Amino acid sequence: MAAHRCVSSALLVFVCVLSVFTVARSQETTPPGGHGAPATDGPQTVTETTGQTAGQPAAEERRWEATEVKEATPDESAAEEQEAPAADTAAPSAGPRPKDDFQEELVIRPLHSGDIYASFQFRTLWETDFTRENKVSHYRLFPKSLGQVISKFSVRELHISFTQGYWRTMQWGQPYQPSPPGAELWVWFQDSVTDVDETWKELTNVLSGIFCASLNFIDSTNTVQPSASFKPLGIVNVTDHRFLRYATLPREIVCTENLTPWKKLLPCGSKAGLAVLMKSEKLFHSSFHSQAVHIRPVSPTSWELRQTLNVVFDLHTSGQGKREWSLFKMFSRTLTEACPLASSSKIYVDVTDNPQGEQFELSPATPLLSQEVVLGDRRTFSVYDLTQQITFGTVRSLNLLIRWKSSEGDMLRPLLHGERYVAGYGLQTGEIHTLMYNYHPYRSFPVLLLDSVPWYLRLYIHTLTVTSKGKDNKPSYIHYQPSKDRLRPHLLEMLVQLPPNSVTEVTVQFERALLKWTEYTPDPNHGFYVGSSVISSLVPSIVAMDTNITQERPLFSSFFPCKEESSYFVRVYTEPLLVNLPTPDFSMPYNVICLTCTVVAVGYGSLYNLLTRSFQIEEPSPGLAKRLANIIRRMRGVPPL
Amino acid sequence: MATAEVERRRGQLAAVSIAVVVIIVGVPLWWRTTETYRAWLPVSQINELAKLQLQLSADVEVVFARGTVTPEQQKKVPLTQTQDEEHRVDEDTALRYRYETKYRTATVMEEDALNQPTAAEADLALHTLSESPCGSLVVYVIPESSSLLPQDVDVYIGQRRTALLRIGAQMRVGKTLNQLLTHMEPRVKQVLQVMSFSHTDITAALSDRVRLSPGSKESIADSMRAFKSSPGYEITFSLLNPDPKSHRLNWDIEGAVQNYIQPLLTKLAPVANFSIDSQTLYYAVLGVNPRFDSSLGSYTINADSLAHVINPVEARLGSNAASSNPVLNFLLYVPDAHHSPLHIHDRKKQQVKSNAFHSPRWGGIMVYNVNDFYGPEAAFPVDININMAKVMGVFLAQLRLLLGVQLSSPPPGFLVAPCGSAGLADWELDRLMWSRTVENIATATTTITSLAQLLDQIGNIVINDNIAELVSSAVTSLQLAVAELESGNLGFALQYSKEAILASERAFFDPSLLHLLYFPDDQKFAIYIPLFLPMCVPILLSLLKILSDARQRRREKQAKKD
Repeated sequence: MAAHRCVSSALLVFVCVLSVFTVARSQETTPPGGHGAPATDGPQTVTETTGQTAGQPAAEERRWEATEVKEATPDESAAEEQEAPAADTAAPSAGPRPKDDFQEELVIRPLHSGDIYASFQFRTLWETDFTRENKVSHYRLFPKSLGQVISKFSVRELHISFTQGYWRTMQWGQPYQPSPPGAELWVWFQDSVTDVDETWKELTNVLSGIFCASLNFIDSTNTVQPSASFKPLGIVNVTDHRFLRYATLPREIVCTENLTPWKKLLPCGSKAGLAVLMKSEKLFHSSFHSQAVHIRPVSPTSWELRQTLNVVFDLHTSGQGKREWSLFKMFSRTLTEACPLASSSKIYVDVTDNPQGEQFELSPATPLLSQEVVLGDRRTFSVYDLTQQITFGTVRSLNLLIRWKSSEGDMLRPLLHGERYVAGYGLQTGEIHTLMYNYHPYRSFPVLLLDSVPWYLRLYIHTLTVTSKGKDNKPSYIHYQPSKDRLRPHLLEMLVQLPPNSVTEVTVQFERALLKWTEYTPDPNHGFYVGSSVISSLVPSIVAMDTNITQERPLFSSFFPCKEESSYFVRVYTEPLLVNLPTPDFSMPYNVICLTCTVVAVGYGSLYNLLTRSFQIEEPSPGLAKRLANIIRRMRGVPPL
Repeated sequence: MATAEVERRRGQLAAVSIAVVVIIVGVPLWWRTTETYRAWLPVSQINELAKLQLQLSADVEVVFARGTVTPEQQKKVPLTQTQDEEHRVDEDTALRYRYETKYRTATVMEEDALNQPTAAEADLALHTLSESPCGSLVVYVIPESSSLLPQDVDVYIGQRRTALLRIGAQMRVGKTLNQLLTHMEPRVKQVLQVMSFSHTDITAALSDRVRLSPGSKESIADSMRAFKSSPGYEITFSLLNPDPKSHRLNWDIEGAVQNYIQPLLTKLAPVANFSIDSQTLYYAVLGVNPRFDSSLGSYTINADSLAHVINPVEARLGSNAASSNPVLNFLLYVPDAHHSPLHIHDRKKQQVKSNAFHSPRWGGIMVYNVNDFYGPEAAFPVDININMAKVMGVFLAQLRLLLGVQLSSPPPGFLVAPCGSAGLADWELDRLMWSRTVENIATATTTITSLAQLLDQIGNIVINDNIAELVSSAVTSLQLAVAELESGNLGFALQYSKEAILASERAFFDPSLLHLLYFPDDQKFAIYIPLFLPMCVPILLSLLKILSDARQRRREKQAKKD
């Protein structure tokens, strides 16, 4: 390691000597241009204000003017065509059937760890055709900003999620909508898009504006085109993965500023319906928070916008030791009404593990029970229909309360689980381990593993090993795209058969690259994140899945399309990795400049002296003893030596 | 001693050769490696543009109908006159208006057209005869006895580019043609100012360049109301429904846009591109609480509090995600059931008839009361169809104001034909094009000159080739636009001015200009000094020594000679 340091610092010395000569030159390429911004902005603001200052007082005073309308109906002929006399009247039964539909839903699942999982889903269906030549431009329930994005960038499918915290599959089971920590974005474009990369870049910039997130940091170095892992979730006629882009930002911090624009996309905002529960100070005081937007076509003429928000509340941090949970306690609100625009508004509480009420007590009690097949299991739910006035009872408000009686009970272990970690020591090489668990007692099933590793970890793909139960497990399909420095990441996709009740381990060694000093993050010693691996699989189901698409089902069970009865689709995200890269001392360049300059100056100085000075032989001065002797001799009056 | 002398000479030679190497190789190398890339910019042409001399040429054709000129006058008639008018706006900007007036007598077919019973029909008939190009005018001089115009009206301005001018009775007899023309001239000029451009319009359009002396508040408010010129606009209609529990609103925005707005925008296509969309916002409330006025039995908002109305709504309106063009917002606010009806009162405490108001360069709001459509016992929610004809009438008027197609009140004796189904007369479009062209030119020249100034001031900014290309193309387009204005081709001038503004804005806001790294000089020296100081001091010292040696030797030689 010391030797490595030595080499690297010697290299840096060399680089820095060069940089002395090119300091000003490098001004062109070094990015922090923040200083320049105000300077260049200056003249523009000046030009603008000159125009404004002149008219400022007048404009301020007259900013709002009543509109005088001279002609009430400018176009007589057109006005006649209108059903003008009929238009004014209230038409109780008239009005065309709205082409859009809004549903909201909240699923509450008491977890065995004592935590509470709350999953909100809002779905807007709209019968329209974004691909039409003249743009769709009249929005009712569908948010305008997203509609414009779809039609401008010719998006076929868009999935974006922001997640804070890591979903603990082994404690909590499978989530209804899986998402990796940080931000994830994957988009299928229409096949009419010619320059997909350019469109993708513009799209990420626009989305980062819409969601107030740093999605603009998505560039070619963290974008991949998975060949098999991310198939379209809507109706499909194109599966050419050239039109797919997938990127994650594992470092993205999710907070209120992302939630506010997300809430704004809802037709009722946070004013009515289930969305009133979303108070950010409560939502972010939780173990896990994930919000997502999914847009997909569900038929050739209709689009679905699904907004989901998943929260896991930690019982122990807020429960003060009491095992009790209520809407008011968790969200500091109760429900008083459904969103008036919603065609259905329901709350589901998972009571499967509590058939006789021995585990917890749920109040108010509801007579409505429903059974759903979800994630390969038949679950029973208590249903509260918010569109019915009776749900709110006499107090006109609904405050669900769960009081635990016992903490026993075991959870059905999820059949598929993934883990990942970095092994190795030192700052030069390392090894990525990905573990995939199949807990199915007797069935083996194939999984698709997707790994996207940044270029600064140089994977040694020849060291890739896949072992299960101590034996080599050869993947039946491998798609590997090597990285290019500063251009694109590694992409590794494999189809691996997981034997029953086993752990499959995928390892690959890597070397850490040296970054340029401007490529380091502001806190380089924190480490660099590597996004989660994605494990997608069709897991054999214990109960028969529902394959009927047309049938009306609760939103949480209809997210992933189900094609066959015997299996269901699961996507599992592993932990993101945090890898330390060799980090230089950032004050070093200047020190090195000074040091090398001194060395150069010393060497140059002596050389210069040698070349320019003339040397003469001087009479050697007499030695000390001789001088002393001479002094004594002089005192004695004897001639000196 | 001789060897010492040789040794000394060798040392001097070495010092001199090192100095020479440093100066010939070192300094240029350092200079080359540290210089920033700056592409060539057409600075002299930009400086020329900084002094803007605009000439606006308008063609006017004055056609004498039968009975307005005497036969001997008629013989001289086909003639052309040019009039120039110069204005100095400020020391860098000068305006010159050139009116080229052609006089001729009416053809037989035009005579027929002028014999139509009404002015509007005559206007239409004349239009079918010939179509005058964009930016030009035809004034038909009709005799006093003509029944086309009502008694107190002298000038009729049609829907296209024609005007009818009635000649006074006393002018005909016994005067020469020149006297007739001088008599008509002020009238014709008035027609021109109404139909093509007036000095106030043009100076208002120059506001980007020229700091206006604070004129009358009225005129400034007029010029501040309209949106600034832009290659495109986004029009957004928003229906605000604060109370979806009581009102279920249906608005046929698609049909209304097709019927009312689209014709206007099709007509305006040469000026800018427009895109229209609409949205419905629920639970959107205004920022002020309306007061209940028991004498009227309605809620009221005062004009003073209108400024606070928009803020909470605006947060929800959302900006256009897909373009960066300015957005014109038109909001239709349906007050909730408990605050209906809602009326807007102006400063004189009078109820505003249209119940609508607009904000300069932002858009307009209309309050639409629906409480009359249902009784007190109605079962909520009530389905309500909104009368789009009423709404669109207001929005269309606001749109015209915001786009700058305002009708300043015509001078006395003028009759302006109501605009037709397109909502915009041809000459109104011309007027808009004149002022937009001038505005574009003014903005683009300001942008380009300030960019050139900035680049001149800060030597560290890298100028890439694409910036230089954009600047050159902006300059070329500007020159072309100015030239086209001079020759009176309004359409081309507008086209070039749009190109100029696009190119100049793209050059100004190019991110590569931001890549400047501003290194303060002291930091630069801090890095250079450890190398430069120890290297240069010995060279300088030995050079000095050589010089002093040489001087001393010369002195010695002199002493020897003496």
